[in-house]
Amino acid sequence: MTMEPAAADGIGSGTPSRGGGRFDAIVVGAGHNGLVAAAYLARAGLDVVVLESSPEIGGATRSEEAFPGFRFSVFSYLVSLLRPEVIHELDLVRHGLFLVPTASTLNPLPGGDCLFREADPQRTYRHIVRHSRRDAEALFEYKLEMRRMGHLMYRLQRAAPDELAAAIGDRVAESPEHLDVDVSAEVADIARYFLDLPAARLRTFAQMLTMSSADFLGQWFESDVLKAALSSSSIIGSMLSPRTPGSAYVLLHHYMGEVDGVYREWGFQKGGTGAVAATIARAARSHGAEIRTDSPVARVLARDGRTAGVVLANGDELRAGVVLSSAAPQISLGRLLDPEDVPGDAGAGLVERAARWQSGGCAGKVNLAISGLPRFECMPEPGPHLSGGITIAPGLDYVDRAYDEAKYGGFSERPFIDMIIPSVLDPDMAPPGKHVLSCFVQYAPYELAAGDWDDGKREAFGDSVVRTLAEYAPGIEDQILHRQVLVPPDIEAIAGIPGGNIFHGELRLSQLFLLRPDPAAAAFRTPLPGYYLCGSSTQFGGGISGGPARLAALRVLDDLRGVESAAGGGGETP
Amino acid sequence: MPRQAPQGTQAVQRALALLRSFTPEAPEHRLSELAAAHGLHPSTAHRLLGVLEAEGLIGRSPESQAYRWLPGAPGTGVAGSSPRHNGLRPLEPLRTPFHRRTSALCESDAWRDWSGYTCAETYEPTPEREYWAVRNAAALIDVSPLFKYEIAGADAERLLDRVMTRDFSKCRTGRVMYTSWCTEDGHLLQDGNVQRLERERFLVSAAEPCLRWFEDCGWGMDVDVRDVSEEIGVLALQGPRARAIAEAATTGIDFGAMRYFDLAAGEIGAGGGGGPVTVTRTGYTGDLGYEFWVAAEHAEALWDALVEAGRDHGLLPAGLLALDMARAEAGLVLIDVDYVSAADAEIEVLKVTPAEAGLGFTVKLDKQADFVGRRALELERDRGPAWAMVGLEVDWFELERLWSEIDLRPQVVGQPACREPTPVFAPGGWQVGQCTTRFFSPLLKKYIGLATVRGEAADLGTELDVEVAVGYGRRRARARVVERPFFNPPRKTAVDPMAGVNG
Repeated sequence: MTMEPAAADGIGSGTPSRGGGRFDAIVVGAGHNGLVAAAYLARAGLDVVVLESSPEIGGATRSEEAFPGFRFSVFSYLVSLLRPEVIHELDLVRHGLFLVPTASTLNPLPGGDCLFREADPQRTYRHIVRHSRRDAEALFEYKLEMRRMGHLMYRLQRAAPDELAAAIGDRVAESPEHLDVDVSAEVADIARYFLDLPAARLRTFAQMLTMSSADFLGQWFESDVLKAALSSSSIIGSMLSPRTPGSAYVLLHHYMGEVDGVYREWGFQKGGTGAVAATIARAARSHGAEIRTDSPVARVLARDGRTAGVVLANGDELRAGVVLSSAAPQISLGRLLDPEDVPGDAGAGLVERAARWQSGGCAGKVNLAISGLPRFECMPEPGPHLSGGITIAPGLDYVDRAYDEAKYGGFSERPFIDMIIPSVLDPDMAPPGKHVLSCFVQYAPYELAAGDWDDGKREAFGDSVVRTLAEYAPGIEDQILHRQVLVPPDIEAIAGIPGGNIFHGELRLSQLFLLRPDPAAAAFRTPLPGYYLCGSSTQFGGGISGGPARLAALRVLDDLRGVESAAGGGGETP
Repeated sequence: MPRQAPQGTQAVQRALALLRSFTPEAPEHRLSELAAAHGLHPSTAHRLLGVLEAEGLIGRSPESQAYRWLPGAPGTGVAGSSPRHNGLRPLEPLRTPFHRRTSALCESDAWRDWSGYTCAETYEPTPEREYWAVRNAAALIDVSPLFKYEIAGADAERLLDRVMTRDFSKCRTGRVMYTSWCTEDGHLLQDGNVQRLERERFLVSAAEPCLRWFEDCGWGMDVDVRDVSEEIGVLALQGPRARAIAEAATTGIDFGAMRYFDLAAGEIGAGGGGGPVTVTRTGYTGDLGYEFWVAAEHAEALWDALVEAGRDHGLLPAGLLALDMARAEAGLVLIDVDYVSAADAEIEVLKVTPAEAGLGFTVKLDKQADFVGRRALELERDRGPAWAMVGLEVDWFELERLWSEIDLRPQVVGQPACREPTPVFAPGGWQVGQCTTRFFSPLLKKYIGLATVRGEAADLGTELDVEVAVGYGRRRARARVVERPFFNPPRKTAVDPMAGVNG
């Protein structure tokens, strides 16, 4: 199995230094967030090393040539949440960021019908009119409200949750003189913005935190196919049905992404998502960060109640006063951190809570190498619809049934499928005339009711995907040259995410904001001074975002400056 | 009684006879009537009339579908028509030799006039996919409306050396030279490419007419200047996959040996036989690319061969909006947009020298031949140009800052290149020039612009303010003078641009 482009760039030579070493900061995990954190710290002049347990960088942001001439984005497949400040502060365009927009979404329906949404809203209106004239009109209002929600989230994402909570709390108490956390002018401004929102906006926000997406969408739409199409974003990566309360938040999570200031845009990275990781790694290395693969970390080293470095699985010790972990909390808090090292009783219950973190995977990935373009019954000829997203979610009942099967411990016989054809967006992904098809599939629970995920079940799951595709694109089963089927245990094994949950933990209110991933470690700091979290399990969660890592790195730098300025003791506030 | 036609020319004779039936006195005829009058089978008459209609010699009544006399069409008795001016008839748009193909694909129906021709602005409703095809796969662009002049004769090189600022004694056969040409006082008239097809035969392509200028400059020389604009169709194939497609669509050309600005002749079609074509490794996108120069009669064969070869490489037909975005990223200036030709400048202040238009590199003062404008340009060399064409860049955070004033994210992406000139200021100060092309590059994720500014404001890194529209307001955005091209991939000039490409 050839992984790239990491190896091609000489990153992760596979020959890690066996010796120890002393650094200013150590980052655990070379997924996109770990790399972003390392890039920010190195850019600030710190001597940084990234330690990756697997032979390749990227985590769930990886490409591979699983079949000669065909490149798969193994897990994650589109980019939208990548923060513009990360792109521009790290100069990622210069380092290789190349996002081709996916302009449309096609929802094939039974009987050769479809729902097609294009970049041009007026054309989309005309497509939707075929299903419901009222809904076609309501879509304008809905999108406007969702853009406002996206903008609200854009503001919230610029602040660490504890600072924002403090600023909001003080605004609510109307006693700004009693600020017990020193917040910047920007955070105060965001808090003011949030509290000055019109009541209607706050209501929508509250709805999105609590409602099911089906109910939420039902406020605008009558058409089942449109509601099902729009609810796709509310279940991605989540063990939720569109009818499960809380799924509206997952919808919001997918509307807060943007490409160049346009909310809800998505882009395909040329070369596949592995090229995103390679791009960030290049940026990190350009600032002097070192990246070591095949270097699993066993635990965080502490001395006198402070972080002192890490111990590798092979026993080597690397010293640093700052350690950031981009791993999920089961690893970061449950495995790497010894609660005995935590001063006072701040570590009490931490390991137990980490073990109860909700992060069962629910999604599989089926990557296909195909001999020609699929011919969808609704639009058989090649056209712009093949360079957008294509989603099999023909109705709310359909998706709900797919969920039901997983709820009882099976995988969906007729699954929800969110696919793209990367080779249409980037001809370098497959040999001329051939194509790759990336299918993100739900539901495939981490644990099956009957037995384990073995090859037979994996292939049966793959078969259900191909069978479902063939209902909408007849003949596709004969075009398949190679099939890669990945289920949550594979995501766990390859990307190192416990449970295989793509967001490092469900995006639900009980696991968001100051509760993500733990009340004692909600603002990138852990109870052990000098040990930080910077991955998807922190504020704002998963997706190829880099946002959590950026805020974590900025917090580290703030804390280091605090240590410097507090001459003769004091240290940072945990 | 018509003479007996020689074998094979009967159809021509019949078609002309049909054509002569259309007169101002009897302008409209039905198919059945014509077939009967000429003793033709209706299907034969239909076929012949179809050709006459396609050639623009007769028209068709939209209501009755009857065939109609067209005032001024050749062969119908009214003289004095030319392809660019159809006699007394109101001027209709010209069609490029690819029009039947492009119009069948132009889903947007967005056409723009270019030198009297209709050209697709976009094929799809929005230009995004066409633009990305240029950078990520390949795009096929009909650039036939360029004016084309064949310059032939013993003094052909001498004429070019007299007119052009480049040194044509150094242009070998099989090479293309990009050059400027000026007035006697050194003001820029146009810029364009010159192909040296043979030792004594060149082809000049230009944005505006220049037959008279070349003829006048060649007074007394042994040279023939011929306007071949309508005879030659031109397709630009641009993008990283251009070479793979060009190779599959033609025969007899060693694309691996073609360097940037080389020229080669070959045959259309994988096995040849589609007619002759000249290929130049040139283009207006700053990417790997070729331009195909073909006689109008073989134009459709060329289009078909390229489209067929491009099917597996993500080739899309692209319109002028995508071309304009790509050329802005390439930092290439456009006449009438980024500079005013001295031929059109009503007032002195509008005129620029090549150096002032960013084309100083095309002026070869060390060349042997005297050329039009030489003395003025020598003086300018000593004095220094008053103006400079610069690349400007506004970074993302500046855009965020400006738009946050009205509580929006920057509303810049998805807009075609803007050609409305706007002022450029010294930071917080007076106007020092104007920005004539600008747009947000989704590839570079920066707002870029081409601007003409005072020489002293042109150094790399200089900070300037550009005026941008923010909502209903106008704001000054802080910009920096940066290098042009903004985007310059190695594949553009690489000797082996196939490196790293599948297949």
